[in-house]
Amino acid sequence: MTAIINTISAWAIPVLIAFIPLFAFVKKVPVYESFVVGAKDGFETAIQIIPNLVGMMVAISVFRASGALDFFVGWTGPFLRELGVPSEILPLGLLRPLTGTGSLAFATDLISVHGPDSMIGRMASTIQGSTDTTLYVLTVYMGAVGIRNGRYSLKVGLFSDVVGFIASIIVCLLFFG
Amino acid sequence: MINVIWLALIIIGFGFAAAQGNIEAVTSAAFDGAKTGVTVCFGLISVLVFWLGMMKLAEDSGLLKKIAKLLSPVVRFLFPDVPRNHPAMGYILSNMSANLLGLGNAATPMGIKAMQELQTLNQDKTGASPAMCTLLALNTASITLIPTTLIAIRMNYKSANPTEIVGTTLVATIIATFAAVAADRYYRRKFLKRNPRPPIPADPMQGAKPDMKG
Repeated sequence: MTAIINTISAWAIPVLIAFIPLFAFVKKVPVYESFVVGAKDGFETAIQIIPNLVGMMVAISVFRASGALDFFVGWTGPFLRELGVPSEILPLGLLRPLTGTGSLAFATDLISVHGPDSMIGRMASTIQGSTDTTLYVLTVYMGAVGIRNGRYSLKVGLFSDVVGFIASIIVCLLFFG
Repeated sequence: MINVIWLALIIIGFGFAAAQGNIEAVTSAAFDGAKTGVTVCFGLISVLVFWLGMMKLAEDSGLLKKIAKLLSPVVRFLFPDVPRNHPAMGYILSNMSANLLGLGNAATPMGIKAMQELQTLNQDKTGASPAMCTLLALNTASITLIPTTLIAIRMNYKSANPTEIVGTTLVATIIATFAAVAADRYYRRKFLKRNPRPPIPADPMQGAKPDMKG
């Protein structure tokens, strides 16, 4: 199983990189010129999202550094323990929608402290894999097209994060418990 | 809502730091955050430039249209108001496939391109269209078949079975995706009830899509 997954992850991108230009060439597309036109688009997009990303990162960073995040974790911990959920996992749930690199760092920390094959390690792995950085996704995607009113997408994104977080914990308890 | 969250994060952070006599932390955190934001964007430049170049090839060669046609039943259900042959369809499908394979870096540029294409169909250019909300819902739930990064980290820490979390991740991610799609449908109906959709410009190839009820 590990071998298959390793093979897939090693081959997926190289195959795409070779196949797409080859297919385009067969279809008589001027491959290099066409690539450059699209690539230019990519550069402009990356520059365009800087203000959005800086704004969001500043807010998250201030929130975390002030100790506010730790406070909310300490506040909800006892309630979670009642339910048989390790409270160490909660900051990951709070961080996950806010910052991808931050939550990945936190998950790595949990795995290194408690071990990858502990319940906390497995939960951290599952949570990190099954949810996404909702605020980052919304910021980047909406920023790229100048959408200011996201309507209900934040509610839906956060709802699916909560469901993913709870589902990860329950599935891990059932599967590894 | 983003306005409120952004302000709340900063003000609550300021309040906590002040109460704990740790006000200097706010300054350094703010500048650290700004730096991280720029660093992330610069990190994205290479990936975005490369993948959008590739995607342009896939688009010009008709590859995206081929993939879109293959998977169109699913996407037609999820995006009832996007004309069947619109380029957005191809990008949405590539974005979904990349997420599925855990190619997070490849999924983002395709998602952004899909947003740009959806924007051409959008009536109110500053507000997200229902189709955009659905795309965002799918991306925030992000069905993952292979959580590559996590498997790598577990290997690093000498897990006895690094891939044992593939199954649990898949189950959890499917549940989260169903929840996201259901919530998206619920809010979409509510939104369309309040803002009846203006007629969709007819697609020259297929004609307008049948409307969703509600």
